[in-house]
Amino acid sequence: MGEIEIVLPAASSAAVSTDGKLVGLLIISGLITLLVTCLIGLFAVRYRRGSEASRDRLPNWFAHDLETVWTLATVGLFVAIFAWAASQDFALAVPPEESVEIHVVGKQWMWKAEHPGGQREINELHVPAEETVELVLNSQDVIHSFYVPAFRLKQDVVPGHTTRMRFHTEKIGTYRLFCAEYCGTQHSAMIGRVVVMAKEDYADWLTRQPEGDDLKEDGKKLFVAKGCAGCHYGSSKVRAPRLAGVYGSQVPLSDGRLVTADDAYIRDSILQPKRDVVAGFEPIMPSFAGALTEGELVSLTAYIRSLAVTETNR
Amino acid sequence: MSDIPYRDVDVQGEKPGGRLMEESYLGEKFSIWSWLTTTDHKRIGILYLLSTTLFFFIGGAAATLIRLELFTPAGDLLTDDGYNKVFTLHGVVMVWFFLVPVIPSVLGNFLIPLMLGAKDLAFPRLNLMSWYLNIIGGGFAVWAMLAGGVDTGWTFYTPYSTAFANSHVSLTAIGVFISGFSTIATGVNMIVTVHTMRPPGMGWFRMPLFVWAIYATSLIMLLSTPVLAMVLTLLVTERLLGLGIFDPNRGGDPILFQHLFWFYSHPAVYIMILPGMGVVTEVITCFSRRRVFGYAAMVYALLAIAVIGFFVWGHHMFTSGQSMYASLTFSFLSFIVAVPSAIKVFNWIATMYRGQITFEASMLYAMGFVGLFTMGGLTGLFLASVPVDLHLHDTYFVVAHFHYIMVGGMVSAFFAGLHFWWPKITGRLYPETAAQIAALLMFFGFNLTFFPQYILGNIGMPRRYHAYPDAFQVWHVLSSAGAVILAAAYLMPLGYLVWSLIWGKRAPSNPWRASGLEWETDSPPPKHNFLTNPTIEGSVYDYHPAQEPRREPADD
Ligand code: HEM
Ligand SMILES: [Cu+2]
Repeated sequence: MGEIEIVLPAASSAAVSTDGKLVGLLIISGLITLLVTCLIGLFAVRYRRGSEASRDRLPNWFAHDLETVWTLATVGLFVAIFAWAASQDFALAVPPEESVEIHVVGKQWMWKAEHPGGQREINELHVPAEETVELVLNSQDVIHSFYVPAFRLKQDVVPGHTTRMRFHTEKIGTYRLFCAEYCGTQHSAMIGRVVVMAKEDYADWLTRQPEGDDLKEDGKKLFVAKGCAGCHYGSSKVRAPRLAGVYGSQVPLSDGRLVTADDAYIRDSILQPKRDVVAGFEPIMPSFAGALTEGELVSLTAYIRSLAVTETNR
Repeated sequence: MSDIPYRDVDVQGEKPGGRLMEESYLGEKFSIWSWLTTTDHKRIGILYLLSTTLFFFIGGAAATLIRLELFTPAGDLLTDDGYNKVFTLHGVVMVWFFLVPVIPSVLGNFLIPLMLGAKDLAFPRLNLMSWYLNIIGGGFAVWAMLAGGVDTGWTFYTPYSTAFANSHVSLTAIGVFISGFSTIATGVNMIVTVHTMRPPGMGWFRMPLFVWAIYATSLIMLLSTPVLAMVLTLLVTERLLGLGIFDPNRGGDPILFQHLFWFYSHPAVYIMILPGMGVVTEVITCFSRRRVFGYAAMVYALLAIAVIGFFVWGHHMFTSGQSMYASLTFSFLSFIVAVPSAIKVFNWIATMYRGQITFEASMLYAMGFVGLFTMGGLTGLFLASVPVDLHLHDTYFVVAHFHYIMVGGMVSAFFAGLHFWWPKITGRLYPETAAQIAALLMFFGFNLTFFPQYILGNIGMPRRYHAYPDAFQVWHVLSSAGAVILAAAYLMPLGYLVWSLIWGKRAPSNPWRASGLEWETDSPPPKHNFLTNPTIEGSVYDYHPAQEPRREPADD
């Protein structure tokens, strides 16, 4: 039997404020439970059949005022708890000035992470301490949920959606990582660890990783290997938009709309090309849904993003 | 043995006053066929009692396997797929074939006409059909289990259930779909009965609160269950015909499933508690010998829960990536829906104030209900707080939360009601001491099983895990130990209740000196319930003159 665990480490700033709510709720509900139990116990003894206690007529206020009072009191208490809890959401909703963005892909039954420099890991996630980290989460198959109890946070990872999870790390240490959404046979084996390291150690760790291809380098290769370049590059006969400078720009669509080319747009254009067709082009691009893994999509997007900065057309 | 069970051999053909006796509903015909084709609501209630008991023990066997597996951290007893199938079976059977029908269809069936002084429900044949649909649906679920099981969890989340699971998802979904029609039919039957068959003199606000509870439940059944039918149809369509509805690879959206599923399933959790509240109200008033405190508030609370319960489903989806504003709205409404529940708790306690309380087994269960329901409801507030739920969602904390309400609450309430009306149903008294011991044992075993799960959830143990880190073992061992006690406590009533059928003392028509029309007829009631039309005098819960409790226990 392992050591008994009852207190969880609080390793993110959310953990600290969530613990505040938890303790508050624990005290409030503990007191209410105590009140209820004591009253039941007290009445059971005092008003047991045949006891001496007085059964006089109830005072009038008992029936009417009492009901009003406890109804208002519960409404007040519950709304107050709601507001207190909600305040934390608003606080967390403010986007950070800067953050470390890490892509995480969930698949049956492992977690794969890719750091901005292209370093990869499986079932482990190294992050710097005292930084805001933003995970960009995609699933390759079913719904998973990225759960780090020490951060008091989880985020479902939903196929077809890109979800994000933001946390500000506080305490250095190694923490448990679970998949919290049931995902099939080896759901309980889809676990790992999150290592929060001092900033210098993290930087050091990054450099010590095998020289994995940088995300965009990877994407560049895929761009050729998967046949994108055939239409979108150089002197191709097929008319397709060139992608340099697209990322971040406003793209006019054939139906008259104007959209911003962000990650979601790039992703949709690859998976559902017929949905948003660029003005002046024929809807001839095939869908790549199923032909690319989530990881490959991430790399391709990174490559297209890089084209915005490295080359500028016109 | 000179006593023939079930037949009133010792009553005269005629009662003083020249009233002719009618055979009791049990003694009328004995053949299996007469039972399987009966349209008597009382006999159908008994059929439901037998089938829900069977399902309870199937679900219970699955629970036993779960607890045995979790005794040690390694996944050693069952395979991973085996474990996943066992917890799915447990959830599916317990939710749809035990908790949903158990009180409305067993006790509700038996009692609603009696409490209204009526001869039967409004649609006796529809009532029988409900039972058959329930059995056929259950048959599909059991078939799926025997054919190899299903491993999606009772929530059937997509796209796992439609595109990845290799188990008998469609078969199970069809079973649940069919049983849904049974639920709808019961709901319709109860609603029409309450609307059209109340006796002269019983206005809406003079109905027993059990009738109100079943009425409110029936409204939810009628309005929410079609959504279940819809979502299951879509699920089976996608799975069998490959139409893209929820699977993103075919252009669908997995989150849509969650909205539809919880739009049914949150109201459904109230289907699984309101009837229990009704039972507990009857029991507490009777054994405290007091009028219910705040009758009107109790009615409005039931209706408020039924209505607001339809608008909180998103609290199951805080981590799904839903917008913060949606989450906060659902969070707010979840806090609001807890208010009427709190009012009911206070009213039950206030009903005991200045009573003449006795502690028959039903009363012990009812008191346990109030405490455990309170704890379940309060932990609901933890989960309704968005930041706290981001931590506790899909952990054992949620498991503990709903077991406190559904087992600590609803199952206790069912046992309270079963003991309370047992003399009426069977005409026999059960052995009181044995029943009191079972009730206490159940309370103790329950808390030992489920309290540690709150702690487990809080230290981060996710649910639906076949194997887990060593550090969690202590709490799992406690929980499994509690489950052993709980299992023993559940077997006890099976023993002494069956015993009482043969050797139990004959019950008088009103052994608890309770108010309510069902106590005015014989135990067990004659085939057509009442020999003379019962009269409505005074109000329900006439345990003492208004505002003036009886002082002498002997007056009761
Ligand atoms: C007092 C009012 C209640 C509140 C505020 C409340 C709140 C919640 C919340 C927020 C959740 C979602 C937790 C999560 O998945 O992270 C939840 C789950 C659940 N609740 Fe409640 N609840 C209440 C009453 C009930 C009642 C009366 C029942 C049943 C009779 C019930 C049964 C359930 C079940 C079965 C689940 C889990 C479903 C699943 O994921 O399998 N709750 N509750
Ligand atoms: Cu709910």
